Amino acid sequence: MDRLSQSQQQRVSSAASYLGLALVVLIIGLPMFWMLSSSLKTLGQIYTFPPQWIPSNPQWSNYEEAWNTVPFGRFYINSIIITIAGAGLQIINGTLCAYAFAFLKFPFKNLLFILVLAALMVPGEVVILPNFLFFGNKVREWFNLDGNWINTYQAIVLPGAATAFGTFLMRQGFMGLPRDVLDAAKVDGAGHLRTMFGIVLPMAKPIVITFALISIVNKWNDYLWPLIVTRTVEMRPITVGVRLLYDAEGNNNWGVIMAGTTFVVLPLIIVYIFAQRFIIDGLTAGATKG
Amino acid sequence: MESASGTLATSTYQGKQYETAKRTFRDRMASKEWVIFALFVTPNLLFLLLFTYWPLWENVRLSVQQTDLLALTGSNEFVGLENFEYIFNNRTFQQVLRNTLVFLVASVALTMLSGLLISLLLNQKLKGRTAVRAIVFAPTLLSGAAIGIVWAYIFDPRIGLLAQILDWFWIPSPHWLDRPEWSLPAIIIVYVWKNLGFAAVIFLAGLQAIPQDLYDAAKIDGANAWWRFKSVTIPMLSPISFFLFITSILATFQAFDIIQVMTEGGPASGSTTLVYYVYDQGFGEAANFGRSAAAAIVLFLAMLVVTIVQLRFTEKKVHYDG
Repeated sequence: MDRLSQSQQQRVSSAASYLGLALVVLIIGLPMFWMLSSSLKTLGQIYTFPPQWIPSNPQWSNYEEAWNTVPFGRFYINSIIITIAGAGLQIINGTLCAYAFAFLKFPFKNLLFILVLAALMVPGEVVILPNFLFFGNKVREWFNLDGNWINTYQAIVLPGAATAFGTFLMRQGFMGLPRDVLDAAKVDGAGHLRTMFGIVLPMAKPIVITFALISIVNKWNDYLWPLIVTRTVEMRPITVGVRLLYDAEGNNNWGVIMAGTTFVVLPLIIVYIFAQRFIIDGLTAGATKG
Repeated sequence: MESASGTLATSTYQGKQYETAKRTFRDRMASKEWVIFALFVTPNLLFLLLFTYWPLWENVRLSVQQTDLLALTGSNEFVGLENFEYIFNNRTFQQVLRNTLVFLVASVALTMLSGLLISLLLNQKLKGRTAVRAIVFAPTLLSGAAIGIVWAYIFDPRIGLLAQILDWFWIPSPHWLDRPEWSLPAIIIVYVWKNLGFAAVIFLAGLQAIPQDLYDAAKIDGANAWWRFKSVTIPMLSPISFFLFITSILATFQAFDIIQVMTEGGPASGSTTLVYYVYDQGFGEAANFGRSAAAAIVLFLAMLVVTIVQLRFTEKKVHYDG
């Protein structure tokens, strides 16, 4: 009797848990489903209330219209350029710097490390104005240029080229490597470049890839700084570009606007579908170790 | 090197020579190490100095000057703390501080609470929990700008998804984005929706790190599920909760894209937070660099205080562990 009620109790509690999971999936999934479903609706279907959950005749032309209303091709190119350049610079700067702080001797090394780490306390949002004035004004004096660097790729990319977080994360990773392998390399007389590329980076691959992922996601989604420092449609990255579509379609033609937002999130979603476990583990490891 | 130590034994003269050679070799290696260190660290450090530290100082300078767009060409007038005086006596800025606090408290509390609940669900041996974890985490990766636009549609009081759901319960939809009292709650909802997956996954990692024997011991002591949660789960999760608490606060201070896309801080500054104010004063119609810089300093100091609290607490924790 007692055993029966216990198993019943268990069944009830696991049913409640499954109900909870279903609710979570609904709350998180429904907005994303709504975006995809609406991106295939006609204007008439958009204004049908109660709404159609799955549009009867999918309007793929919404994607065509979004693509032609604002230059999404151009936005993709810009976003790819600034993601590759920005994340690339961060990865190079971060790994070099982390290697140096992990393995090399230098006077006042700890003080320098604090100088790098303290930059974590100054997020980019705090310094948007001076950095804007730098590219709008100072570069002209400093490099004796005719024009300024507003609305250029270098202005979008350079303020985010360094990384304090990546340096910290990868230095931790490098220092966790087995010491004897590194010592063996030193006895061999291997140069530091060879040690780095031949031993340290291959062994510390997971942590480097973790940082690379974080950097790529951040650069692709970056909004505030590119919004400020780009002026023409041709220079906008896709995150700022989709806003132009939203403005152009005037809070009204939601099918086309949803097609546009799908363009923005699609590349990351595709990557995520193939590497979701790796991305989740990497990003959370990056957070808890950083 | 082994053969060198062999010659060391044969003759003292050669041994001395070897010692000097070894020293100069070591010196050369050391100095080479310095050069390589400098080469490796300089790019990163240079960018940090140029785009983080120098502009921070520039911000301080701008905040004590009267500047506007015309002043781009040169003369800036020193005005002392006038910009700070202005913003702190300004009704809008007082509202901005209030908004920031409300946004911060509500977002962090709701994100952490819902994240904890979901992590407790995902920590049970349920079918499909890996898939659920993947779905819950997905919004964290997505562009805030795109997500904000999708939610602007969801909030549409006539044809939006939320209006439909509220309609099932015979509740009329508020005009979310057109009313000063609803715009900030709307943004909090989106922000929590986007970030709770991250909190859930972090909490889940914390839960899975709790040793099972602690629960077994509590069970033997006759502790029921609630008591086990209170006396084992909560204390064991506290370091990771603290970490999440601090990082959530810092991230929330920086939230911008969702606000800019959905409400542009409005209506009537109803959803303007500190970071949005910095942007709006510097790059909006006001174009008042001094006030923007002053607000940026306030933002910086607020985040600095949070970071210092974090450092103090983590130091203590490290101390106890040792």
